[in-house]
Amino acid sequence: MSDMMDDMDEGGEGVVKKFMFVNRKAPHGTIYALEGLEVVLISAAFDQDVSMVFADDGVYELIKGVNTKGIEVKDFSKTYRALEGYDIEKLYVEKASMDARGLTEDDLIVDVTVLDSAEMASLMAEQDVVISY
Amino acid sequence: MLHIVNKSATERNSLESALRLATKGSAVLLIEDAVYAATKGSVAATKVQAAMADLQVYALGPDLDARGMSARVLDGVKVVDYGGFVDLVTEHNSCQSWL
Amino acid sequence: MKIGIMVSEGPYNHQASDTAYLFARNAIEKGHSVPRVFFYHDGVNNSTKLTQPPQDDRNVVNRWSKLAEDHGVDLVVCIAAGMRRGITDDILAPGFRISGLGQLVEAGIQCDRLVTFGD
Repeated sequence: MSDMMDDMDEGGEGVVKKFMFVNRKAPHGTIYALEGLEVVLISAAFDQDVSMVFADDGVYELIKGVNTKGIEVKDFSKTYRALEGYDIEKLYVEKASMDARGLTEDDLIVDVTVLDSAEMASLMAEQDVVISY
Repeated sequence: MLHIVNKSATERNSLESALRLATKGSAVLLIEDAVYAATKGSVAATKVQAAMADLQVYALGPDLDARGMSARVLDGVKVVDYGGFVDLVTEHNSCQSWL
Repeated sequence: MKIGIMVSEGPYNHQASDTAYLFARNAIEKGHSVPRVFFYHDGVNNSTKLTQPPQDDRNVVNRWSKLAEDHGVDLVVCIAAGMRRGITDDILAPGFRISGLGQLVEAGIQCDRLVTFGD
């Protein structure tokens, strides 16, 4: 079953790839923000070069002052602050997406690097593996 | 990079975002409902035509056929089959799906 | 080339699983290998043997099983996403196995390409 992957173990050790996780969806309306975060946390164990990018409605995932009691779902927003403890420190937000939603860095729960669209495009083009939700 | 877009441009902003964040010289492949953007008269047609100045634009033939859109493909959009889809993935150094 | 695949949506509701399957089959026909398909989010629902689609339409689950049987494709269902959605070992179709998210990251590291099919 996993023979093909076993065959690939040789040479797999020590490989460091640029992994980018692209978040473009708002939290709670769908599960992608939460389950997306779960992948990123697991990726920390593999010593890869990990970036998280928030664009379009994905920027809403980082809003602070969230209260999920009324919708009776788990509040996972604080998990974004825990990323640093997993050495996941490259969090990028697209400026155009923030501007289009009337948001600034002060609205966010975690420190991020704000990129303009051209910078974000270049960053994306450099990646080896891009996982989108 | 190969940018793969699968949703209709009139349903979701993923094509718009892909075009905004694709670097010059990269490729965009329209699959599933995104193929409507590759058709004449569609809302996205002007945007796609403009994008072709900097990007290669492809559409998945079987998805066009399934939607009765094959006769309406914009000039300049290259129609590929699944084999061509595979080739695009292997020819570009990486791929990104815009969902 | 080794091409890894991620399927993020369940069968029938979205075209993702169909497109992923046809892509995988064509990649193999062209001489590439598809070592692993990782099923995440609602994609885990592609693994249930309890599926009973109409006879005159494609059987999404079974053809993944056949791809595994014919070409050794490793069909991995995420344990966390699977548990949320009631996918357990006893209802898995042939060729599927439940494992952790690390298998997705590993596929990204060890394959030459990783393609995501979702909503």
